Amino acid sequence: MRLTWWKLLSIILLLYAVIGGFLLPVPELTQLGETIRNLYFHVCMWFAMMILFTISVIHSIRYLNNRAIIHDIKAKEYASVGSFMGILGYLTGAIWASYTWADPNNPAYASLGSIMREPKLIGAALALLVYGAYFILRNSVTDIDQKARVSAVYNIFAYAMLFPTIWIIPRLLPSLHPGQEGNPALNFNDIDARMRMVFYPAVIGWTLLGAWITSLKIRLALIKDKKFSNE
Amino acid sequence: MNKLNKFILLLLAIMFSSTSQAQEETMANTMRSNGKIYVVVAVLTTILVGLIAYLVRLDKKISKLEKE
Repeated sequence: MRLTWWKLLSIILLLYAVIGGFLLPVPELTQLGETIRNLYFHVCMWFAMMILFTISVIHSIRYLNNRAIIHDIKAKEYASVGSFMGILGYLTGAIWASYTWADPNNPAYASLGSIMREPKLIGAALALLVYGAYFILRNSVTDIDQKARVSAVYNIFAYAMLFPTIWIIPRLLPSLHPGQEGNPALNFNDIDARMRMVFYPAVIGWTLLGAWITSLKIRLALIKDKKFSNE
Repeated sequence: MNKLNKFILLLLAIMFSSTSQAQEETMANTMRSNGKIYVVVAVLTTILVGLIAYLVRLDKKISKLEKE
């Protein structure tokens, strides 16, 4: 068992995020109410996804440089855990939005039809689908080296697609989702100082948890790889 | 077998610790204040601890496989 410092840090930060996230004071805003605490969980999923995808694309580039199969395995596992966190971010966002943007009893709130047309939601769905195609592509090539090479090139394309779909286009269009101008939750002016005390540790904690799960998946993949080459 | 025993011991420890906490009067009061938000915190913390324990067990198993 390798319980290294970063795994312990992840456990401590996540416990702090859950306990502090519920009990520490937050600004009182209309419409959001206590749901503002979702910042510590929903937004962290997207941050973790973005960081894991970045690590994945770095491994893909390294694979193309030196053709070591370990980089292909790492790129694949980081992309899969990143996509998983993205899906979790999407699901939690759907729950959050259905109680803060839409309310059938309150005409001031948005209708479901306008939520469906949210550029941020469509962009995020597109980005996740592009990564979904990455796994389909991987599974459709049988030759190991060809699979690694083609999917490394595709992974770079998928990463590049993140920028228009989740960073640029949603910012050009009006949206109910916060973060229209600048970077949501990174801007020091639009996030309350009290919330930053929990938010940044939470981002690190969730990202490290994602990295932990990925490291297990990589080690498992290496064991499988070794087993196949021995047989 | 040894692993299973350890797991059962862990479960018993968790159960025992939660029942002993519930019996303390001060703890019971805290758990019932502020719209019972502490109950949610306790539930979520339990889930998180459970998930992390699961992850640690997986980590151990994989480490064992790597040594073989």
